[in-house]
Amino acid sequence: MDILGTLQNLWLESGFSAFFMAGGWKNLVMILIAFVLLYLGIVKKFEPLLLCGIAFGCLLSNLSYFVSLGDTNALYHPELWAEFLDSTSPYYHSYGHIMAHCGLLDFLYIGVKAGIYPSLIFMGVGAMTDFGPLLSNPKSLILGAAAQLGVFVAFFGAILLGFTGPQAASIGIIGGADGPTAIYLTTKLAPELLGPIAIAAYSYMALIPLIQPPLMKLFTTEEMRKVRMEQTREVSKTEKILFPIVVSTFVILLLPSTAPLVGCLMLGNLFRETGVTDRLSDTAQNALMNIVTIFLATSVGATMTAESFLNIKTIYIIVLGLIAFSISTIGGLTGGVIMYYASGKKINPLIGSAGVSAVPMAARVSQDVGRRYNKTNFLLMHAMGPNVAGVIGSAIAAGFLLSIFG
Amino acid sequence: MDLVNLQVGHAARIALLGYGVVFLGLLMLMIVIMILGKVMIASRKKAETAAAVEVPVKEVPAEAPKAYAEGSAGEIKLYDTDPKDAAMIMAIVANKLGKPINELRFKSIKEIKK
Repeated sequence: MDILGTLQNLWLESGFSAFFMAGGWKNLVMILIAFVLLYLGIVKKFEPLLLCGIAFGCLLSNLSYFVSLGDTNALYHPELWAEFLDSTSPYYHSYGHIMAHCGLLDFLYIGVKAGIYPSLIFMGVGAMTDFGPLLSNPKSLILGAAAQLGVFVAFFGAILLGFTGPQAASIGIIGGADGPTAIYLTTKLAPELLGPIAIAAYSYMALIPLIQPPLMKLFTTEEMRKVRMEQTREVSKTEKILFPIVVSTFVILLLPSTAPLVGCLMLGNLFRETGVTDRLSDTAQNALMNIVTIFLATSVGATMTAESFLNIKTIYIIVLGLIAFSISTIGGLTGGVIMYYASGKKINPLIGSAGVSAVPMAARVSQDVGRRYNKTNFLLMHAMGPNVAGVIGSAIAAGFLLSIFG
Repeated sequence: MDLVNLQVGHAARIALLGYGVVFLGLLMLMIVIMILGKVMIASRKKAETAAAVEVPVKEVPAEAPKAYAEGSAGEIKLYDTDPKDAAMIMAIVANKLGKPINELRFKSIKEIKK
């Protein structure tokens, strides 16, 4: 037995030796990025439920796949997915080919690629969301619409920076501040950008308490911020039950491409409100949501391979994502200011910034900033209206972009 | 129109159209929800009126008013607690639990004196 030869083979097959081979340093950089993301998730608590999974998926992917070693032990195979998306390849859109050669994370990624996980997450979000504040004040929907401004400004900015139409649409949707919607649209339109877009979307959602308050101060006066809003009317159980049925019917008929997201969001909400499907509601908002979150986060993280992540486009996406978030906040605040004047100074424009979705973080920021200027102010429930309207608004924006570029 | 290599002018048109579609969609949804709300309120009032006509009103001795918090929709009882302090406590509890305040039920708040 050639002991030295065996040891040499072991060394050559190890990831440690691959770091010194062609392109190996890129894996090392990606592993360091995964460590930073883990730090942000665990220590800084930036959307930890998703960021931990994304970071670990990135770590696993870059520990197991090296260009120089081939794909023998890889958990995620970028070349399989490149063939899947190549219309000239015999394996174009062939899940059979993927399943015959896949690693664990490829298998999990099928759920992302098919749009299953984001839709199921939306079902959980629907089961957790009380649309009562929106029903008691339907004008909140205007603020949810106004706060989608960043989506389309960032889309336009991405075109100016040289991105293709589908890529620009995927980058723009970061401004919707809705992780599952961003992942859903990007998987359909620009899967090669999924890693950086998911990271940008979730990182900025976690940074909302830092991004929004300075803009809120800049775009409103102290007098506006002090406005105390009146208590809204009580919403009956029947209205709450009818709401998901009405919204599904209306929005899906208007934009059929929103059906997976809006349909699942409203199905989850129907489970919550009927009063006869408590078990299903409980499963949708807890067990199912948690399981899908694990699969979604880990497999999205796996797409962060060195080849797809380490390029100038990632930096553009991070910058455009911040612009999208900021402009969406400004759009919502501007809508709030208009409603402040239109209502005879009865609406506090701070609730407009909650229209960016990011439930319930953005509504809490409105509450906190409002309380800073008027101790007797309780804006939380008023801000929940635009907040949940933003979820529907970003789904409509995604549906529109999908119908144009899909 | 080449949707992959999109020209700036086309991109601007798509952006404007997209924002318009989102606005229009949510505006129409707002109208639908407002109509739904009005129908619900009207039917509730109708049901209440019908019930009031059917059931003969009996003379009931007036009850002593309960010690509810001002502006509250619930039945919280306050013992040695200022309404403002109670509101603050409820908001803090809702914030810490991460739940909307209307999903929580507070039965009573009592000051514990040492």
